[in-house]
Amino acid sequence: MDNRYLNVFLEEANEHIQNLNNNLLTLESKPSHEVVDEIFRSAHTLKGMAGTMGFNKISELTHEMEDLLHEIRNGSLPITNTLIDVLLKCVDMLQEMTEQIAREGREGDTDIRPAIAKLKKVMSNEPVGGKAKDEPEGADNISFNEFELRLLEEAANKNLKTWEVYVELADNCLLKSARAFLVFKALENLGEIIKTKPHVQDIEDEKFDKEFYIYMITSRSEEDLLNAVNSVSELKSVNVREVKSANFQKKLAAAREMLSVKENPKETNRIRNTSKTLRVDIERLDNLMNLVSELIIIKTRLEELDSLTEQGQKRREAIEYLERITSNLHDAVMKVRMVPIENVFSRFPRVVRDLSRELNKEVKLVIEGAETELDRTVIDEIGDPLIHLIRNALDHGIETPSERVGKGKPREGTLKLKAFHDGNNVVIEVSDDGRGIDVEKVLEKAQKMKLVDKSQGKKLKEIEILNFLFESGFSTSERVTDISGRGVGLDVVKTKIESLGGSVEIKTRKNEGTTFLIRLPLTLAIIQALMVQLGHEKYAIPLSAIKETVIIPYKELRKVHKNEVILLRGNVIPVLRLDEMLDIPANCLKNENLTVVIVKKGEKDVGLIVDALLGEQEIVIKTLGAFLKNIRFIAGATILGDGQVALILDINALI
Amino acid sequence: MEEVRQFVVFRLGQEEYGVDILQVNTIERMMPITRVPKAPYFVEGVINLRGEIVPVIDLRKRFGLPPGEITGDTRIIIVMVDDLTVGMIVDSATEVIQLPQDAVEPAPSVAGNINSEFLEGVGKLNDKLLIILNLEKILRPSETEQRAIM
Repeated sequence: MDNRYLNVFLEEANEHIQNLNNNLLTLESKPSHEVVDEIFRSAHTLKGMAGTMGFNKISELTHEMEDLLHEIRNGSLPITNTLIDVLLKCVDMLQEMTEQIAREGREGDTDIRPAIAKLKKVMSNEPVGGKAKDEPEGADNISFNEFELRLLEEAANKNLKTWEVYVELADNCLLKSARAFLVFKALENLGEIIKTKPHVQDIEDEKFDKEFYIYMITSRSEEDLLNAVNSVSELKSVNVREVKSANFQKKLAAAREMLSVKENPKETNRIRNTSKTLRVDIERLDNLMNLVSELIIIKTRLEELDSLTEQGQKRREAIEYLERITSNLHDAVMKVRMVPIENVFSRFPRVVRDLSRELNKEVKLVIEGAETELDRTVIDEIGDPLIHLIRNALDHGIETPSERVGKGKPREGTLKLKAFHDGNNVVIEVSDDGRGIDVEKVLEKAQKMKLVDKSQGKKLKEIEILNFLFESGFSTSERVTDISGRGVGLDVVKTKIESLGGSVEIKTRKNEGTTFLIRLPLTLAIIQALMVQLGHEKYAIPLSAIKETVIIPYKELRKVHKNEVILLRGNVIPVLRLDEMLDIPANCLKNENLTVVIVKKGEKDVGLIVDALLGEQEIVIKTLGAFLKNIRFIAGATILGDGQVALILDINALI
Repeated sequence: MEEVRQFVVFRLGQEEYGVDILQVNTIERMMPITRVPKAPYFVEGVINLRGEIVPVIDLRKRFGLPPGEITGDTRIIIVMVDDLTVGMIVDSATEVIQLPQDAVEPAPSVAGNINSEFLEGVGKLNDKLLIILNLEKILRPSETEQRAIM
């Protein structure tokens, strides 16, 4: 099979499965016509796509789902938890099958029959549509729109009755529409006509055979209506019967919910404008990005040339203009690569729903700032760490309902996901209002694991103690009993986020909850860096990691247990000799003064001794490629204005 | 019809070597190389190849030959093997030749003092011998070798 089509299929299938998941959850909490339509559309598209690709199981399962959705759309099936559960299970199965296809190119031997059986059961268990059989034709065949249903509801509230008036004109009637008009006239005096069948316009245009129905709301009796209609001549037969409110009660309920949602235009829009987008291969974007990077490099080169020669105002102006255009172009290309974090967040309602059910907890998920945008590459990587934090919060943070009530908290716990921009960073907060982390116990555990001396423990700040949670292997044993299990796998979370150039922080208060604060760079491709000289080599240090630069006399370098430190405003800061760490040929005499770049890693400050500072510069990050991956201390490379390659230091690895 | 392969011929010392032309991207003159600390011993560093960062290895070091001098003839042959793009420093790149497939014989256990693992075979052309390299082996150190060189 052509791989290209398969990829497109998989990508779109995943999108539809995600849509199904989201919309089913919306349907559960806020049913509306639009959501049902959206679900139906996704299932339908998926069916078509799978059919074309020859994935018969997916196509069969979606077909059955469609049948069920059709019933929901008609209003003949009420939306229940069980129904949503069954549909979600089907979606899981679809996901499983697509994953299988992604791996092996075929659907595998997933058994879809139980799922189909369940769908069928849900459909037949609710025989709402069956009741109509023992009643005469008419009202049950007619569907009222939302507006009409509202009228019917109001009528029912006012104890008014709804009648169906059936009129058949005499065979020899010549002016059919005129007769019909007379019937209308006669009835209008008695109450409010809400609907006719066929449509009133068609009746006026004589686009009907001999019979028509009128639906009206009135306080009058059946007899009054009959009398009024019978005053019109040339009628063959007239029949009046009440439209029982029970017949449309279900539709009414559904319609009310639709209406309530409709009144919230924002919500509706959100559903409507799902994907009006252009699919672009990420490689093309990368290519575009590379070209922009080239442009920035050549721009820097021009700037350097300019500083060397004394060539008129005009050239400088032109270069400034070029600079403005390049930075605008850069922004524009970056924007194309940006995707709202919603793409990741949208997976979480399902996760939270399933987990909280599993754990018998009541949890409300609050999402804020889902529109915050991040670079595509970051988005792809951030999902797993976030799920990890969410699991932790649900499992260990938020208490059981009874425990919460005992503490005077609301039964329902709140898990909040919040994303927002902060300068050149995006911050994601995962916070719960659960029991918080017991700092004392973390310290005890750290001492037991010999991460810290017994005597030193007292001096540590809370934040330093909490950082032990990120140590690998911390608290994997004695989970829940000890430090409420926090820290399980948190080292993995931290490593992942740091590999994206970000950082994690914990804030916690006993019995009030815990917040994990993730800080990520907006983009991975272009950063501000400080260029430093080491021997004959130039290195770039990301500005985001730098706290300050200082120049201190050589004699102020002290030794504490074999480690060199400097004293800066009363703080002891360990220093590293970069030239030694990077095996740089020692060909420079030790200066009288030391140039030290103070970098930060979390709460820790470290000084890096360099030969000279070369100034700040915008650099384009390039990888060293597959051949030189995992080189220690080096995060990547960049091309300088003069065409030379400079390496970018990996501060996290150095410290 | 007989299958004919083309090889880029280059020199290291007195020996002539060949790489399949399908694996050769370009041949560059010597250019500034940025040293990469903590890289395997035979890695010279990285170069800026028209905006791309490309690692460069010293083939002499890789083969355990004595170091050579950089001259006007020194070239960097940029080769591609699967996802790897790597430059190889050679004394000179001389020509491109054609060899029928059956003129390439399996490598003898010792050829020109270099590890036979790096060789694909030996090509015979008239009275000349051409040592044909197995780039896959040269560029992807085996696990045991990797431990030794890192």
